[in-house]
Amino acid sequence: MKTLLLSAAAIAMAATGAQADTSGKRIALSNNYAGNSWRQAMLEAWEDAGSAAVDNGIVAAADAFTTSENQATEQAAQIQNMILQGYDAIVVNAASPTALNGAIKEACDAGLTVVSFDGIVTEPCAWRIAVDFNEMGRLQVEYLAQRIPEGGNLLEIRGLAGVFVDEEISAGIQQGIEENPQFTISGSVHGDWAQDVAQKAVAGILPSLPEVVGVVTQGGDGYGTARAFDAAGRDTPLIVLGNRQDEMLWWAEQRDANGYETMSLSIAPGVASLAFWVAQQILDGAEVPKDLNVPFLTVTQDTLDDVLAETPEGSVASTTYEQADAQAVIEAAE
Amino acid sequence: MIRLFARHRILLPAVSLIVLLAATFYMQPRAMSYFGINLLFNLAIPIALATLAQMMIMMVNDIDLSLGAFISLVACITATVLHDQPVLGMAILAALILAYACLGALIHWLELPAIVVTLGMSFVWAGLALTILPSPGGSAPAWLRTVMTVKPPLFPMAVVAAVLIAGLSHVLVIRSGIGTVLRGVGGNAASVGRAGWPLLRLKALAYALAGVFGVLAGMALVGLTTSADANIALRYTLLSIAGVILGGGEFVGGRVSAVGAVIGALTLTLAASFLSFLRLSPDWQIGAQGAILILVLTARLIFTRRDRTQG
Repeated sequence: MKTLLLSAAAIAMAATGAQADTSGKRIALSNNYAGNSWRQAMLEAWEDAGSAAVDNGIVAAADAFTTSENQATEQAAQIQNMILQGYDAIVVNAASPTALNGAIKEACDAGLTVVSFDGIVTEPCAWRIAVDFNEMGRLQVEYLAQRIPEGGNLLEIRGLAGVFVDEEISAGIQQGIEENPQFTISGSVHGDWAQDVAQKAVAGILPSLPEVVGVVTQGGDGYGTARAFDAAGRDTPLIVLGNRQDEMLWWAEQRDANGYETMSLSIAPGVASLAFWVAQQILDGAEVPKDLNVPFLTVTQDTLDDVLAETPEGSVASTTYEQADAQAVIEAAE
Repeated sequence: MIRLFARHRILLPAVSLIVLLAATFYMQPRAMSYFGINLLFNLAIPIALATLAQMMIMMVNDIDLSLGAFISLVACITATVLHDQPVLGMAILAALILAYACLGALIHWLELPAIVVTLGMSFVWAGLALTILPSPGGSAPAWLRTVMTVKPPLFPMAVVAAVLIAGLSHVLVIRSGIGTVLRGVGGNAASVGRAGWPLLRLKALAYALAGVFGVLAGMALVGLTTSADANIALRYTLLSIAGVILGGGEFVGGRVSAVGAVIGALTLTLAASFLSFLRLSPDWQIGAQGAILILVLTARLIFTRRDRTQG
């Protein structure tokens, strides 16, 4: 926290030399859902970045709003309310990539800056900070191919059916399989990004599966999968994890007990703070391309202990992005 | 006395809306403008149409749990087929209205509980919506977008549309002969049947009307959002029921009010915005919305009781 404040203060000093003054600007976060550890960590990241920026006089307000029912029509109304509340910029994690477009167009027409991240929107007037979920799926198979060159059967844990993220990661995994034909997906279940759901689903499918060498996941489902394998008395395969604290704790325990080795990747919930700084940069008058990419946060055998120590219990590994990080991401896109 | 009673029925929803509106303007003076009122209420238009659709079903003592899924399906069709092939799109929407009429006839003919049939149908509609639009997208037909973003003089689109919808549906349901008979089906179906009216056809008509308003709701929604999503209107099922009740309607007895239903839908939308302006934590917002509902219903009960003791 101290380093965060210090660096924010340094940024405040640096920012005084920028083109436009953003100290009177107000930024709002429109969030569609808060019901899991990732989203809770995301809201915390926003709160940290936002309150530090307000304290340092970089912006006038950084308020967070979450809709109660995770519905697009509700979020559209929320965004329209933000226009009325006189915000200068809206940062959106959208319930639907398309169903908010009308409200977002209204916001753009009213002169607001709209930045979408994680759940991005297709409306051309908004900025998009996207995650390459497809790549996230492909990387997992690539890692497995390095570790198990001879290949074998894989189990795929999918997310929530019908959600764009689930389809993208799964498509990436398919692409990875095509590139590494020594692997076959011998079974797939929906774990809904939740440990308990994943555990039940895996326990249900396990008796019908041949020997599984690896499990590709979407995050939030690795620990449940491991427990299901354990309960069935089968050897633990190579499970790619998704940066959840319980998953990493299990990984560390397994490593200490029998030298278990794997990797873990996900998007840091801190991406909310990145979106905040991008919005601030746009208000500041910076030239920002409409499409930006967020890097993944990867945890390896070497970094496990450090990341685990920093991650609060029940949360997700995260990093807080600073103004300089936002500038780096913007430059990388140009 | 009955007249007074009827007047009270619409008076209470209207007063609740005005009180809430005054509180909102006090909280957020920026909303008190042509632009602001439109932003506050434009998303209430599809909800008002959905509420009227639900009202048609509640008018004949049934309840429709598939409305949200149905409107989502209409939205998907509007953003895809209607946009690319207008004639085919119109035909499909007409077929959907016909399907609603058949549903009404089936429910009456086999004496099935509407709540179960419509719950089942909600999965059918949702499945069809996912088939038509597996991932969010599509785009609104240009004319629809124009209609929903039109800027009439003096009053914003949302207000003009709400008044028009309320007026037309009032004439249809309360003033017209067939509307009166339909309400009679809800009041006492046996008498209406003995008076020589074909109950099967009446029930089918009520459902068809619900289908028409459901289609209009889906189209209005796409006109506002510009594109669709298979889950876009799921919350409309419960919102529409709450809207009818808030507007002075009842679950049984054919006691409904078209103007009240529109006011109910506006009140629900406004309540959500008001709570958001209050900066209430989202965890409390659903509860607070429920509290507003209970408050209005309690007030209504007190009025009704007093009215009954006087009459």
